[in-house]
Amino acid sequence: MIDDGFIKKCKDIFGPENVLTDKAELITYSYDATPGIPSEIPGVVVFPQNIKQIQELISLARQTKTPIYPRGAGTCLSGGPVPLSKGVVISFQRMNKIIEIDADNLTATVQPGVIISDLNSAVSKYGLIYPPDPGSMATATVGGSVAENSGGLRGLKYGVTKHYIMGMEVVLPTGEIFRYGGKTVKNVTAYDFTSLFVGSEGTLGIITEIICKLIPAPKYYKSMIAFFDRIEDAGKTVTDIIRAHVIPATLEIMDKVTIQTVENYAKVGLPVDAEALLLIEVDGMGKDSVDWEAEKCLEIIKENNGKAKVAQTAQERDSIWTARRAALPALAQVKPATILEDATVPRTKIVEMLAAISNISKKYNIMIGTFGHAGDGNLHPTLLIDPLNKDELERVNKAIDEIFEVALSFGGTLSGEHGIGVAKLKYLKNEIGKSGIKTMRRIKQALDPDNILNPAKLVPVED
Amino acid sequence: MTAKTVFDDVETLKKELIRCMKCGNCMSVCPVYGVEEKESSVARGKIALGEAILDDKIDIDDETLVKLIFNCLVCKSCMLACPSGVRYDRIILGLRATIAKKKGLPFIKKVLFGLLKNPELFDKGMKAFATMQGLFLKHEEQKVRAPRGLLRQFGKRFDEEFLLPEISKESFRDTVQELEDVEDAQATAIFFTGCSVNYFYPEVGNDLIYVLKKNKVRVITPRKQNCCGMPVMVHGDIDTARELAKKNIDIFEKVNAGYIITVCGSCGSALKHEYPIILEGDTAYEEKAKKWTDKVYDISTFLLKIIKFEPPKGELNLKVTYHDSCHLKKSMKVFNEPRQLLKMIPGITLIEMKKPDMCCGSGGSYHLTHPDTALKIAQSKAEDIKQTQADVVCTGCPACMMQLFESIHRWDNSCKVLHTVNLLAQSYKSEEKENV
Repeated sequence: MIDDGFIKKCKDIFGPENVLTDKAELITYSYDATPGIPSEIPGVVVFPQNIKQIQELISLARQTKTPIYPRGAGTCLSGGPVPLSKGVVISFQRMNKIIEIDADNLTATVQPGVIISDLNSAVSKYGLIYPPDPGSMATATVGGSVAENSGGLRGLKYGVTKHYIMGMEVVLPTGEIFRYGGKTVKNVTAYDFTSLFVGSEGTLGIITEIICKLIPAPKYYKSMIAFFDRIEDAGKTVTDIIRAHVIPATLEIMDKVTIQTVENYAKVGLPVDAEALLLIEVDGMGKDSVDWEAEKCLEIIKENNGKAKVAQTAQERDSIWTARRAALPALAQVKPATILEDATVPRTKIVEMLAAISNISKKYNIMIGTFGHAGDGNLHPTLLIDPLNKDELERVNKAIDEIFEVALSFGGTLSGEHGIGVAKLKYLKNEIGKSGIKTMRRIKQALDPDNILNPAKLVPVED
Repeated sequence: MTAKTVFDDVETLKKELIRCMKCGNCMSVCPVYGVEEKESSVARGKIALGEAILDDKIDIDDETLVKLIFNCLVCKSCMLACPSGVRYDRIILGLRATIAKKKGLPFIKKVLFGLLKNPELFDKGMKAFATMQGLFLKHEEQKVRAPRGLLRQFGKRFDEEFLLPEISKESFRDTVQELEDVEDAQATAIFFTGCSVNYFYPEVGNDLIYVLKKNKVRVITPRKQNCCGMPVMVHGDIDTARELAKKNIDIFEKVNAGYIITVCGSCGSALKHEYPIILEGDTAYEEKAKKWTDKVYDISTFLLKIIKFEPPKGELNLKVTYHDSCHLKKSMKVFNEPRQLLKMIPGITLIEMKKPDMCCGSGGSYHLTHPDTALKIAQSKAEDIKQTQADVVCTGCPACMMQLFESIHRWDNSCKVLHTVNLLAQSYKSEEKENV
């Protein structure tokens, strides 16, 4: 494990200015953004500049059986980078160069520490976007979001991170360097390594270079907001829109608790007696098709007893999105702390899921505001709590257990975009079964025989 | 008597600390994190350290911990980006106060802060330094000085590129009348000068009085006013800050005008935002502090929102870019008004920087205590200013003016640094000339 010799070698490899050893510095690498999970202070933090240094670190870690925890900006919501067994945190905050933007091949090649919104501003000069847009995109790194396979507001139309990764360079836990994929749109050589490494949560390899797929930025968009007196009407609107073959870029829902809290906090003019609201944005390259899609949405909203308002100016569009962006801040003001989950169900089950969450909220007497990406069934039930209240904490844990139980019973999944990490490890076999767990263990064992890479995450150690 | 606040009892910090969700949104806007790229540089990391102190995981006088807690500009950018409304300013000042109490202030700070408490002594000290400044600082050009070899021994911050405005031998408050009266005054206001205007930028003070008189405002400049307390507050010396605040409030009570006007983001922020925090629970002063808080205005807000403002008509053919002082924008929420004023001056074209509200790296004394990081922050600012190709960079805070002036010279730009009131006064004056 980590002793003075280990630290000296780290300093030789990375240079003393890229190694943190003081306790106070180490404490700040003991957590990520996940509430209510264990934290641990690492033995050392290193900032790599190149792949050779990472190889040398792996060789050192294997000799001493020291766990390695890769880390981006630490915005993860499932405990991914938390150094549970002390060890080395390898932070990519300083390995943040955009290596190349190839506008003709629609690709960008980046180092893992590049911040997602920095990548987007860099490619915007070419009229392109990198669509995965997690809520934390102003801080989160590309590498971290690739490891966690994160999603975002545009998921319904544009998918999640795995749909935009064309190739990678990875240092395997054995120290070997492995590159796969490239700039070709079609590439069916060998196993589909994107599916293996994207979302592997730092357990199978250390990502050192990423080739991202870019798409042309949509030229036209229309945004609207719709209010419903009955949650069922809002739910049916979501289903009907997709059934009419309109795929909005964004289709967000907010429940009554959230609407009231947002209005109370941001005063954006939301009707506080509405049971649910939908925020819809359609976009595309042709004005006519965007207009048609917007018209279609409006028709469906009306058929389902909703009242809609279309943004006529950029300012009105902004005010619609202000309401959405205010959801979490507004809820966060109500109680000292919030727990934001990402239970996800097939979109036809949205209404039932919302009803179930509301019942759970009553049953355990916990205030829960739910908002989220209705179009892709990805909901964010947000539990408002006081961490100093022990009795409440117990009820919170039971409520969360039940939320996931219900989501799975609807054919849903434990995580729409946050990953499993340590936070949801105990539920994993409920979704993928014993054989699923065994398969994961075999993959982990094959690639990381010494179990040094982010151990005890994603793959349960015990049954 | 003072109630238990975050400055008196570290335990009271708990309810502030638990609001932090560790989401990391603060990282995208923190100037220090932008340079150092490590977790302890940013609010989230410092909040985690606060929690570790309360959980007895680390001692409050741990050497690295102390360094990290003081490695912050207190620019409050993080507070604007925070979804949970964490009151980071209280947290960081509370932690610093606790450290200062436990470890005691370093000798040099003790002497300086002691001087601040005694305005007459402080004034004498400044004037003495003004006469002797030639020993430490050599003349560069009119009113600007650079360190001599002697001062350079004190650290790399004082290299030959380090430029300071000359300290006036006569302070601003020595040269003005306490009451500048006008006929048919539409308002009476106290001018809170702040130390920088008093000793470094008397012309900003003169221009302010000129502009106010032009707009028929009676100005009272109390000669015995004290430092606002911000410099000692950020170093954790809350007791001195409280003493200064009370003395200033006593003066405001005695003069009793309708308004207090500031030309310095930091002074304005101290008076308007920090006094109620540091005097919380003080039965004698809490209410008074709140009363005066409502009367404090930055000059730009005062001109545009409080009085009937007569826009100047003299043409100034200038390209101007505006730098948002952190305390002015993030504490006092003043950023539209100065821009509005600039646009009202005939001939001025306002060109925005890419990041006009990015901190300049001054942070009171941060640029002296953390020269490496501060210089990198300053360099980004200088480059941002340069790409606007403006003739003038204008701002609402004398501390920023000093830092901007130095950075612009250091990174080779001929752009002038002025306060918004300087440009207003110039325009009025050129209008007068045209009319002669």
